[in-house]
Amino acid sequence: MNWASWGDFWNMGGYGLYVWGSYAVTLVCVFAEVVSVRRQFSGQMVRLLRVRRATVRGAGNETET
Amino acid sequence: MPQTDSMNSSVKAVSDKLSAAPGGINWFKYASPQTFYPLAGRLIPLFAWPALLLFAVGLYVSFFVAPTDATQGDSYRIIFIHVPAAWMSMIIYLAMAFWCALGMIFNTRLSFMMSQALAPTGAIWTFLALWTGALWGKPTWGAWWVWDARLTSELILLFLYLGYMALVAAMDDPRRADRAGAVVAIVGAINVPIIYFSVKWWNTLHQGASVSMTSAPKMASIMLMGMLIMALAAWAYSIAVVLVRVRAIMLERERNTDWVAQMLENRP
Repeated sequence: MNWASWGDFWNMGGYGLYVWGSYAVTLVCVFAEVVSVRRQFSGQMVRLLRVRRATVRGAGNETET
Repeated sequence: MPQTDSMNSSVKAVSDKLSAAPGGINWFKYASPQTFYPLAGRLIPLFAWPALLLFAVGLYVSFFVAPTDATQGDSYRIIFIHVPAAWMSMIIYLAMAFWCALGMIFNTRLSFMMSQALAPTGAIWTFLALWTGALWGKPTWGAWWVWDARLTSELILLFLYLGYMALVAAMDDPRRADRAGAVVAIVGAINVPIIYFSVKWWNTLHQGASVSMTSAPKMASIMLMGMLIMALAAWAYSIAVVLVRVRAIMLERERNTDWVAQMLENRP
């Protein structure tokens, strides 16, 4: 084990700012990218399904009248 | 559209020839979006879950197993993301150029979609390589940034990614955007060997390659192990994220095709 305590761990031998600055920004980027691609995909899917529902309803109305 | 038909038939002719080879797999089958879309969907969890596991193991090794470095202290722990990020930034750019070249040669629209799905992930890794590099440079070199060959060529890589993305986004006609973007991606690929060999060709502040095929690794094996696990995690993560993005791009660009209509029909 490298660290005697949590304080030791966060301090990173005096390099805490640099090490945690690197890891935190990486985590934020990865998290943001995952959220963004999933949104992009489900956004497209929702849009396509909405368009399809609209056209199906439109076609249904036409046959009724 | 007669133009598209003739393109498809020429692709089909090549694909027939390839699949006629004994034992040959018909790779062109997967060049069609309607085959690739469900395949990509099945592949995503096969990369996403291993990525999560590898990140967890990699982080554990990085902080709890790998010892403090004798000369750099704990600042060296930045290497566990810095090097994988830098590798991914170069590999993804080469993959992008590769898909663009395939697209230009065979006129396969999926190739360009792959390239466009890769670009944002590549740009993020490039940014992270630069960011973690700056945070590592400050305590070890005494400077956030220096204009040396390795750093400057990596910065150019970031601009190439951003330029490619901006160019593709700015053009209304997707087929023209594909081709214009492909020119940038392919010409810009020359920068990748420049980044890689910059530490040999020029006298730079940046250290030489950490891992090379021709010599023994210059770091302790447990540190190397941690770095390789993180690199594998970065690979798996990138593949998963790019596959999700390429599916979104496929839905958008192919929204008026029969296969998308059929796929929506079959949804519960």
